[in-house]
Amino acid sequence: MASFHSRDSSSAASAKPVVAIAEVSHLYGRLVALDAISLEIPRGLMVGIIGPDGVGKSTLMALIAGSKKLQQGRMTVLDGDIADLRHRRRVCPQIAYMPQGLGKNLYLELSVHDNVDFMARLFGLSAAERSLRVRELLAATGLDPFPDRPAGKLSGGMKQKVGLCGALVHDPDLLVLDEPTTGVDPLSRRQFWTLIDDIRASRPGMSVVISTSYMDEAQRWDWIVAMDGGRVLATGTPAELMEQTGSTDLEQAFIALLPAEKRRGHTRLTIPPRVAGSSEIAIDAKGLTRRFGSFTAVDQVTLAIERGEIFGFLGSNGCGKSTTMKMLTGLLPPTAGSATLFGQSVAAGSLEVRKNLGYMTQSFSLYGELTVRQNLVLDARLYHIPPEKAARRIAELVEKFGLGPYLDSLAEELPMGLRQRLSLAVAVLHEPEMLILDEPTSGVDPVARDSFWELLIDLSRRQGVTIFVTTHFMNEGMRCDRISLMNAGKILACDAPQKLIASRGAESLEEAFIGYMEDAIAEETAGGENRGPEPVRAGPQNPPPLQRQASEPAGLWLPLARLMAYSNNETRQILRDPVRLAFAFLGSALLMLVFGFGITTDIQNIRFASLDLDRSPESRAYLEQFAGSAPYFIPFAPLVSSREAMARLQADEISLVIEIPPGFGRNLRRGSRPEVMAQVDGAMTFRGETVAQYVQGVHNTLLRDPASGLQTGVQKYRANFQERYLYNPTFESIYSMVPSVPALLLVLIPAILMTVSIVREKELGSIINFYVTPTGRLEYLLGKQLPYIAIGMLNFFILVAISLVVFGVPIKGSFLMLTLCTLLYVTATTGIGMVTSTFTGSQVAAVFVTAILTIVPTIQFSGLLQPVSTLEGNARLVGMIWPTTYYMHSSVGAYTKGIGPSLMVQDLVFLACCIPLLWAVSLIGLRKQEK
Amino acid sequence: MTSLLNIFWLGLKEMRSLLSDWVMILFVAYAFTLAIYVQATGTSSEVNNASIAFVDEDGSALSGELMNAFYPPRFQAPQRIAAALVDDAMDKGRFMFVVVVPPFFEKDLRAGRHPDVQLNIDATAMQQAGIGANYIKNIISERISSILGRTDQPQSGPMDLVILKMFNPNGVSSWFISVVAIINQITLLTVVLCGAAVIREREHGTLEHLLVMPLTPFEIAMAKVWANSAVILLATGVSLLLIVHMALKVPFAGSVALWFLGVVLYLFFATALGIFLGTISRSMAQFALLIILVILSLMLLSGGNTPVESQPQWLQYITFFLPSRHFVSFSQVIIYRGGGFAAVWPQFLMVSAIGLAFFVYSLAIFRKSIAVTK
Repeated sequence: MASFHSRDSSSAASAKPVVAIAEVSHLYGRLVALDAISLEIPRGLMVGIIGPDGVGKSTLMALIAGSKKLQQGRMTVLDGDIADLRHRRRVCPQIAYMPQGLGKNLYLELSVHDNVDFMARLFGLSAAERSLRVRELLAATGLDPFPDRPAGKLSGGMKQKVGLCGALVHDPDLLVLDEPTTGVDPLSRRQFWTLIDDIRASRPGMSVVISTSYMDEAQRWDWIVAMDGGRVLATGTPAELMEQTGSTDLEQAFIALLPAEKRRGHTRLTIPPRVAGSSEIAIDAKGLTRRFGSFTAVDQVTLAIERGEIFGFLGSNGCGKSTTMKMLTGLLPPTAGSATLFGQSVAAGSLEVRKNLGYMTQSFSLYGELTVRQNLVLDARLYHIPPEKAARRIAELVEKFGLGPYLDSLAEELPMGLRQRLSLAVAVLHEPEMLILDEPTSGVDPVARDSFWELLIDLSRRQGVTIFVTTHFMNEGMRCDRISLMNAGKILACDAPQKLIASRGAESLEEAFIGYMEDAIAEETAGGENRGPEPVRAGPQNPPPLQRQASEPAGLWLPLARLMAYSNNETRQILRDPVRLAFAFLGSALLMLVFGFGITTDIQNIRFASLDLDRSPESRAYLEQFAGSAPYFIPFAPLVSSREAMARLQADEISLVIEIPPGFGRNLRRGSRPEVMAQVDGAMTFRGETVAQYVQGVHNTLLRDPASGLQTGVQKYRANFQERYLYNPTFESIYSMVPSVPALLLVLIPAILMTVSIVREKELGSIINFYVTPTGRLEYLLGKQLPYIAIGMLNFFILVAISLVVFGVPIKGSFLMLTLCTLLYVTATTGIGMVTSTFTGSQVAAVFVTAILTIVPTIQFSGLLQPVSTLEGNARLVGMIWPTTYYMHSSVGAYTKGIGPSLMVQDLVFLACCIPLLWAVSLIGLRKQEK
Repeated sequence: MTSLLNIFWLGLKEMRSLLSDWVMILFVAYAFTLAIYVQATGTSSEVNNASIAFVDEDGSALSGELMNAFYPPRFQAPQRIAAALVDDAMDKGRFMFVVVVPPFFEKDLRAGRHPDVQLNIDATAMQQAGIGANYIKNIISERISSILGRTDQPQSGPMDLVILKMFNPNGVSSWFISVVAIINQITLLTVVLCGAAVIREREHGTLEHLLVMPLTPFEIAMAKVWANSAVILLATGVSLLLIVHMALKVPFAGSVALWFLGVVLYLFFATALGIFLGTISRSMAQFALLIILVILSLMLLSGGNTPVESQPQWLQYITFFLPSRHFVSFSQVIIYRGGGFAAVWPQFLMVSAIGLAFFVYSLAIFRKSIAVTK
């Protein structure tokens, strides 16, 4: 029934297709996202790719934009093979791509202006062109009143407009928009499409490919590709598709196009009218308000919902729907106002109220790592349903919700529609009287959505369950008994959907919603406040096509400009991220203090007690020698018995016992060599060893000291030792610790920050800007590295200052040489972070892997604890190639040895050699396309 | 009763989630076995393989004999270098010790004079320098008197000093390091596991789900405490048996049960700290950065690396509030010194009190943290 190549029927397809796809398949592991698709997309049209989530739309879009790597098949985009690197490089300035997710490729810390300006820089616009172009685009999209607002603080609709500005900044010939309006409020959505229409009017040759899951939106586009399960169901103009299936709108047409087994059991949803009568108020909210700082998320929401009613809450992402729900369920205390469920306050956190409540959070809120059965059983147990009853109830729900075949599959492996049904089953397991559902059907295909609604209707009409549901689908709103329209934290209107439409004289709910929004905005602007989306000013402000310079400026200028664009971008981001900023500077200072004060090998204040069983003048003379050698030995109360000695050693009250045997003085006078016994606490081996040596030392001194009265003449054949504690004459550990710690911190912190900066882009999606712009890999890496080298150097100066001021350890050698050495070192250590970023996928993994990879060799093999000259075998080998070894040598040398520049040259040379090597590895590891 | 049941079922769920994460299980297994073995046997505070050089300006039979007195494993075979090269070699870090034997050394000794031997020590190698220098002095003194005095009995003073190293007679450093390594792994993994579990639940929305059910934050947190503690406790037990007892043959002087009671108390603190950190950080990435600072401080200041009494006095007052310090302390008392409950109850009390403080505070801010995520 699906007809490919229906382009003969399409009017504007005379030219070659803008995208030609032949037998393209794409797999994620075992999951087939695209299944041997063949398709030709005509040029110069507005083409819609429709279908629910997870059917391969986004994959297809990313492949067209060159952001994802083509796995199988051939794809020609703008007259060239998109798999060919040279072609991609040539055409990428002509393609603009906006990935799925609100503001996905934006830098949320950066301002509106900086985001658009950054894209303009990547496409090589000159400063003059840029400022003009950015101003024009912001004016055209109505963003010009707030160029300095951070992108993260914009509403969903505004984020999408910023994204669009970024996409249009270089005047593309092919615009690829992946679900640009999902979750955006209806007014912004309308403005968005008006904007696209205006741009197309001024650039008639431009092709636009858009994906959407709102079928009604696609109704007015030129050409449609309907997709399901990684395959193309049908192509053609909307009229053709509707005619082919004999339906009146695209959503019905889509359902009709689905393969038979997917449609089975699907009937048109009918909603029996609600039996009037029960007018008990189930949910009663009065003046609910929630503020986060200065931002009011929910403003004076008042609701009264009757028992058994299906009440809809309609609004865009970020309008305050979820916050309202959280307040109704008692998750979030309201700033002002009150809410009661069945007459009981939720704020008190009463467990009784919660027993009557079923809740489904916005995302899939069950345990993905548990099976379907385990999820259900867990819930039954937590509600203390008796086991037999629980088993019956579970069996009943499994039957009704069609979960039977999946009982033992992991919840995370279920398709979207089934997951939502499982979530609902869990939510109603304990037979609550009220269900609160937060966007339960987003991302679910129309058939599954209808079957989900059948369950809801059954619950409401037959079991009298009150259902409170939020959604951003207008057609779902139509199914509710009553809805309230919400925007920017306020309820605009609340009534039965038909009445709302009728009262505004609108044609559809969407139109009515837009009407209410415009009224609200008019009111607000009259009040001087500027909050909602700005209306688009059409006409003269439409961006004129960019006057491109005839030829690309040759040479190094462009790559350098892009490199600087990335540096600039990274610097601004980190300056606006308080957590990373604090880690970068306070972290190193804190650890410096912890290491400097906390790690000390100076053994002092040894608590000792004497056990004098002799009590002669000789024994007292002997013991006095110990008591007098502060700060090494601190005398504690003398002991009376060996048993007491043992007990106090055990309890760690003392760490040394000197025991003088009975008859010590007499034996000494007789010359019969008495024994003194020293018991040293050896639990901590290093300390035990050191204490033992101190004891021996005191003993030896005593024998040589004529004043002790125990001296017995000079020993024969004795050499004197002249000890020279080089570099640290007082032999205090602070002088060795303070110079070595910077070597550790300057690898740990710059490497972690560097790896996070790259992996973060991968995780959040802004790395797509690197995939689809002409930015080269080296430009990207170096651009990101420069700010972190600067941070590393600042850290170095901070650490030098702490060493001098707090610890009183100055640099004796050449400060200049050490600074140079540090520069090379932090370049190398940020390079290590770059390398770890190539093989880690999440920020958490990146932080831990980098921390372990840098700390372990630094502590064990670089001379921090054990001199490199004493290492053997593999440990020595690691020590030889690990950059910290060389920096440690220079740092310790410069601080303590005062060694001249000549001795640092070897270190400098080694560190300098590391840098290109690390760049090379990172370059090889960094992909220019997503897998 | 219902509360206990809730804690039990939730904890069971926690355990299942944990066990389904193979990578984590393998990492825990590695951290508590191989990693501890490697650390205990690899690093050592003893002098081992120390690099030493001689400047022999005497060139006598005696000075040659002195060089032969240094041999592996404690010292590398000594190298002979010229007097002029001493400073340069030390600057480059080629040797830790350089012994300079002066001209006419043997002659002076035989004449009853006391010639000076110069001992150059690289004092930036703190752990080995002091101990190593003492070894060198003792070795040289003994050699001199045994060769020149033709006796194996070194003549010492009128009395003998017998030094007994209690609780570890041979000073085997792996005894101490292995236990400290276990303590460090307990700290790291418990805090990471527990904190990550909190953040994961919050990011996935399951925490919200639980909070809407008839469950209290206390039950939710307590479930995490017991489940994660149980896993780490099991790993600790295995590690103690396989690595510390069987592979390294460290004798356990005190009561194993008493030590495990202490471990349980410490686990309560560590899980509470994990919940606390997981609750205050807004994302996994923030948690990861935060944890590096917290864990490093907990480990370095615990007294497991260098003794607590060597810290400056003001710092000791601060580290008194680190449970890791008390953990290291009571572990030493129980494992090596064989101390009983009477010797460790103050530490037990302190660990529990701090754990409780974190736990109570985390509960108080638990609900608020939900607002922060979205």
